[in-house]
Amino acid sequence: MQIDKKSYRKYADARAQKSPCAKNCINAFLYGGFICVIAQGLKDLYMTFLTEKDAATLVSVTLIFLAALLTGIGVFDRIAKHAGAGTLVPITGFSNAVASSALDAKGEGFVLGVGAKIFTIAGPVILYGITAGAIYGVIYYIITLII
Amino acid sequence: MGNIIQIPKPVYILSSATVVGQHEKKGPLGEYFDIVGDADDTFGCDTWEKSESEMQRLALSRALNYAVKKDSDLEAILAGDLLNQCAGSCYGLVNFDTPFLGLFGACSTAAEALLLSSLLCSSHMNRCAAVSSSHNASAERQFRYPLEYGGQRAPTAQWTVTGSGAFILSNKKEDFVNTSYNGSPVPVISDVCIGKSIDAGITDANNMGAAMAPAAADTLLRYFKESSSQPRDFDIIMTGDLGFEGSRILCDLTAAEGLDISAVHCDGGLIIYDRIGQDKHAGGSGCGCSAVVLAAQVLRGIRTGQVANILFIGTGALMNPTAIQQGASIPGIAHLVHISSDIL
Repeated sequence: MQIDKKSYRKYADARAQKSPCAKNCINAFLYGGFICVIAQGLKDLYMTFLTEKDAATLVSVTLIFLAALLTGIGVFDRIAKHAGAGTLVPITGFSNAVASSALDAKGEGFVLGVGAKIFTIAGPVILYGITAGAIYGVIYYIITLII
Repeated sequence: MGNIIQIPKPVYILSSATVVGQHEKKGPLGEYFDIVGDADDTFGCDTWEKSESEMQRLALSRALNYAVKKDSDLEAILAGDLLNQCAGSCYGLVNFDTPFLGLFGACSTAAEALLLSSLLCSSHMNRCAAVSSSHNASAERQFRYPLEYGGQRAPTAQWTVTGSGAFILSNKKEDFVNTSYNGSPVPVISDVCIGKSIDAGITDANNMGAAMAPAAADTLLRYFKESSSQPRDFDIIMTGDLGFEGSRILCDLTAAEGLDISAVHCDGGLIIYDRIGQDKHAGGSGCGCSAVVLAAQVLRGIRTGQVANILFIGTGALMNPTAIQQGASIPGIAHLVHISSDIL
């Protein structure tokens, strides 16, 4: 059977069911917003006995812990299925990416399994995050020299 | 010419057995599967790959049981799965005292194994086993993301079936005498058609149905061009796992060539789950999908006399994650096996 790849791909894409974009955006806003409200509540709580800077750090640590815990007990992916970017964009998404990779790789051992594969998904974020940070630092330094 | 290979002497499907996970058990065909795994689909193993191997072992053991045969009665086992180096089959069937051939045809492996087994049984051998499997967890790990990763699946994505099907083929009618199938109609393979690998340019690994449908259409068009039969001569034309997207495309592609199969077409990926109720997006997929649906639905139908003439087209997306990352598109393949009913 002769098939023109370009027109077939166009046809297949056109008839493929689309993701519900509006629903996904609203869900992401609600879930993501809810996580931020929890974070703000935690920050207010921590500030009763810590400085604002330390409280902010502890909030991140708490969210990372909770996301990793929910990943471990198999709940995070069920929430993320509805939340989408709402759980992916906050630090919870990063925690889940690392924890789920580690869980998956544990059968292959702690060195070549967990050790080598823990950053399979989060690796690009770390690499390009640090690189972007370094570039930003250099630009910032040059600007401060000029101004 | 030469697309259809006639099986020179009748090759019977002596017995079949299925092993599935919890999601499949909860689907519309749930009650017809032979063995269901434990609550978490581990089958008592500590890794998912071992679970898949265990499923193949259980499926073949049960099929031998139904056939009232031992592993030494088989002259070959043809088996495959989706894991690298066919690990599910190699490890799962290592303890059977039978010559072994490992196959890879992506999700078309069940049809590939049946096709080759029937050719062997019609010429050089008396009895063969065809086995295939897929496990949702081992496939997700290998082809997509870690199991607990919190991502959203595309509406066109399919759910890899946790299932394994085993079929014992024999060219001896008398093999049925001691089995529970004695006296009822039995499935017999009369001809086969080997699929062509067709690259239709699909690069979206979340739309396997679109990648496989052109290959299924090609095989069916070649078959009906050469055969004297029409789609209406068959009770069922069953594709393996085209899912919602691929099934619609297949009917479109064949209709455009003047072949209307829509009245008799059914798809394993669409009937194994309650697609909407179980939230399976475009349906089921995997080596295990076509195998368990063929055994639990179609062959059961033949044995109970509900259907008598079917075409089984195992569909596979020959997807390699490395090739996809390098920008390659996904070729599809579809092998056809014509199974009819014979009265003993």
